Amino acid sequence: MTTTTPAKRKPRLAINFRQYGILAALVVIVVLFQVLTNGRLLLPGNVNNLIQQNAYVLILAVGMVVVIIAGHIDLSVGSVVAMVGAVSAIATNVWGLPWWASVLLALLVGALVGAWQGFWVAFVGIPAFIVTLAGMLIFRGLTLVLLTGGTISGLPDQFTAIGAGWLPGFLGELGGRDVLTLGLGLVTCVALVLQQLRTRATLRRLELPRETLTQLWLKNGIAIVAIMWLAWLLSGYSGTPIILIILAVLILLYTFMLNQTVFGRHVYAIGGNLFAAMMSGVKTKWVNFYVFVNMGVLAGLAGVVSTARAGGAVASAGQNYELDAIAAVFIGGAAVQGGIGTVVGAIVGGLVMGVLNMGLSILSVDAAWQMAIKGLVLLLAVAFDIFNKRRSGGR
Amino acid sequence: MNSPILRMLGIEKDFSGVKALDGVSIEVERGKVHGICGENGAGKSTLMKVLSGVYPHGSYDGRIEFEGEEATFRSINDSEAVGIVIIHQELALSPYLSIAENIFLGNENSKRGVIDWNKTNLEASSLLARVGLDENPATKVLELGVGKQQLVEIAKALSKRVKLLILDEPTAALNDEDSDHLLDLIEHLRGQGITCIIISHKLKEIRRIADTVTVIRDGKTIETIDMHGPDATQARIIRSMVGRDLNSMFPPREPKIGAEILRVEDWTVYHPVDTARKVVDNASFTVRAGEVVGFAGLMGAGRTELAMSLFGRSYGTNISGRVYKNGEEISVRTVDEAIRNGIAYATEDRKKYGLNLIGDITVNVSAAALATLAKYGVIDRHREYKVAESYRTRMNIKAPTVSAITGKLSGGNQQKVVLSKWIFAGPDILFLDEPTRGIDVGAKYEIYGIINELAAAGKAVVVISSELPELLGISDRIYAISDGRITGEVAGVDATQESLMHYMTAGKD
Repeated sequence: MTTTTPAKRKPRLAINFRQYGILAALVVIVVLFQVLTNGRLLLPGNVNNLIQQNAYVLILAVGMVVVIIAGHIDLSVGSVVAMVGAVSAIATNVWGLPWWASVLLALLVGALVGAWQGFWVAFVGIPAFIVTLAGMLIFRGLTLVLLTGGTISGLPDQFTAIGAGWLPGFLGELGGRDVLTLGLGLVTCVALVLQQLRTRATLRRLELPRETLTQLWLKNGIAIVAIMWLAWLLSGYSGTPIILIILAVLILLYTFMLNQTVFGRHVYAIGGNLFAAMMSGVKTKWVNFYVFVNMGVLAGLAGVVSTARAGGAVASAGQNYELDAIAAVFIGGAAVQGGIGTVVGAIVGGLVMGVLNMGLSILSVDAAWQMAIKGLVLLLAVAFDIFNKRRSGGR
Repeated sequence: MNSPILRMLGIEKDFSGVKALDGVSIEVERGKVHGICGENGAGKSTLMKVLSGVYPHGSYDGRIEFEGEEATFRSINDSEAVGIVIIHQELALSPYLSIAENIFLGNENSKRGVIDWNKTNLEASSLLARVGLDENPATKVLELGVGKQQLVEIAKALSKRVKLLILDEPTAALNDEDSDHLLDLIEHLRGQGITCIIISHKLKEIRRIADTVTVIRDGKTIETIDMHGPDATQARIIRSMVGRDLNSMFPPREPKIGAEILRVEDWTVYHPVDTARKVVDNASFTVRAGEVVGFAGLMGAGRTELAMSLFGRSYGTNISGRVYKNGEEISVRTVDEAIRNGIAYATEDRKKYGLNLIGDITVNVSAAALATLAKYGVIDRHREYKVAESYRTRMNIKAPTVSAITGKLSGGNQQKVVLSKWIFAGPDILFLDEPTRGIDVGAKYEIYGIINELAAAGKAVVVISSELPELLGISDRIYAISDGRITGEVAGVDATQESLMHYMTAGKD
């Protein structure tokens, strides 16, 4: 029988290998640039900037991976970022709303944009490529109308802190390092280990297969070293970027959503086989609709973050952001046809692009060449993925 | 006796340690029809891929001789150059191109890159005449039915001056009439000296047209049977295929029939595009607990359309009629509603409508009843895994773990996953549409066993099938459908193929 393979095979490990493959690529790129830049890549300030500069891509990638798993694409997010940025800046500076109200308004506008696009995709049945291509033009146009070609700057500090600020170091400093940041790193490590042990205990109780103890501690060991090292670097600079906390929450939330909830499962089911999902009772139209609403909200958040970081709204904000987010998702192992992809993969994909950007900038490589190199990396990453799939599943 | 056109000697092929072919030898005589039988996964398709160069020379062990010379094909082009053409189960035509364009696709009549349309259409016409297809060569392929598309494939093969034509399950998707026509054509081609290898699960067809049959099991040649000999019976072939006696095609069962569960009255459905056309016309029927009810009908009679329209209006427009469950009228306007009312529908097209092929067994088994595994929208994945694992064992799904991707399972195992999904949804009424299509004899027997178990557990089971012996073998009662109308109702014990066929063709010329 073609289906009976030797019973000893462990398919789970094979799946993990794909994710670890992307992670390994990130590590290789980091080491490469660390060497090429004579150690400048991982200076505390650069690591801090890496997070704050790329936050918008990472937020967009989280939403985009859901869209792509469902078998769609969203080309409009760059324009939505610009429009939401404009709305939030106008709300704050012109209407005089408090910063938090502007942020809520921004998210609401994002949700409305998502609902608009979701309506056309899910209920009218127009391909997302077309709907969001139209959206790209519509929302860029509306941004220009809102800003009438000018810019709005001088946003309050609380607002800009979202993109460019740090948690207040109220625990003081120890040897010039922020105690709060170190503490957060420690807490994260403990939480990670506890969570892993708890899962393992449940698996044992239910007599389900689980990884070996060596694998578990190796994995945890590497994670702990990475987290503490990041905390160490950041604590020596300005502390924990606020955006890092937002990102961490998003990653946890969306990983949970995709893996553990009925909604997440329905997203994978629709991308895997739309008709089979329909015939299993999945309300496919509503799932598609909410996938776009969700993307809209996250594009709104990315708009707030990039406006905050820039300190103001400009009509040209968010150019090509959609391409960065889509590239991150595909570098992160998502399938063009849908049905496959992970949040962690998308984040790692986004970081690959981010490290490339930063490394090449430190090396003072011309911006034109940077763009060409990023394109090549995207192509190679997906080619590598397809090659891998052929080798493992070539039957 | 003339010399064999093809000899394959000791062919071995393995995929990362798993032997798919383990020393298969086969000899095909010139100008004959040679059948290849075997269960799914026995290695038939792999053998044909070796022969046609899909797996290039050097990637397998053994020797191939074509017309007395060793063949070392490195691609399909190589095998086609010497006159070996394979037609796959899933047809490979381009829907938006015309018949003529498809016939000469990759082999265009052209001069310096410019296509000679007159020559193309002229030659296409004569090829169509040879395969008995009365269509304009300029017709787009998507306008043809599957049966006619199959003929276009054969015309395409003829255009390549085929000497050895390989047909992989050619009638799997055809109705009886189209199948007959195809088999006639194969006989006709044999008369013109074209050798044919036919792979089929339908032993009746094999008996009808094959001169010799080679049975393959577990990647080995079991035997070659002369079909004109005295002991060339269907039972003999089945015995070779499964390696054991199937004293009966159908497992025994004691029907325990209870009260009526489902009653459908005056169900009428119109075609989704051609909205003036009635596809189901005033159909009324009942199903009782513990009962297996068969639906017989020719292709296009409206069987699938009846079932799908009942299942949450998944087919058709302007649907009217009433559905009662346990005597009370229920609404089945959406799939979700149908499932909540205890109705399940296992589709005839499991790849398109039944499975998430890139998903593993677990997510497919739980797909229709995810809510029962979830609390506040959060799935209990450990319980889900246990459920999937229990179905893997109970349904005898051949896969190393439930994390196996369903797209890589054989047809029979995929069907078991589809059935697991619907059994786990806990329905009272199951519609099984062609539950054994395209799967091998052994798996069929297992699926009949599952149907019996469901009936024994008090479920109402409706089986839609094109294979009349199957319906006769498993049903307590059979409805015949013709032209969207229920034209007859027969008790299983009284029914014969002839009586059913009489109803199934009622109202037609």
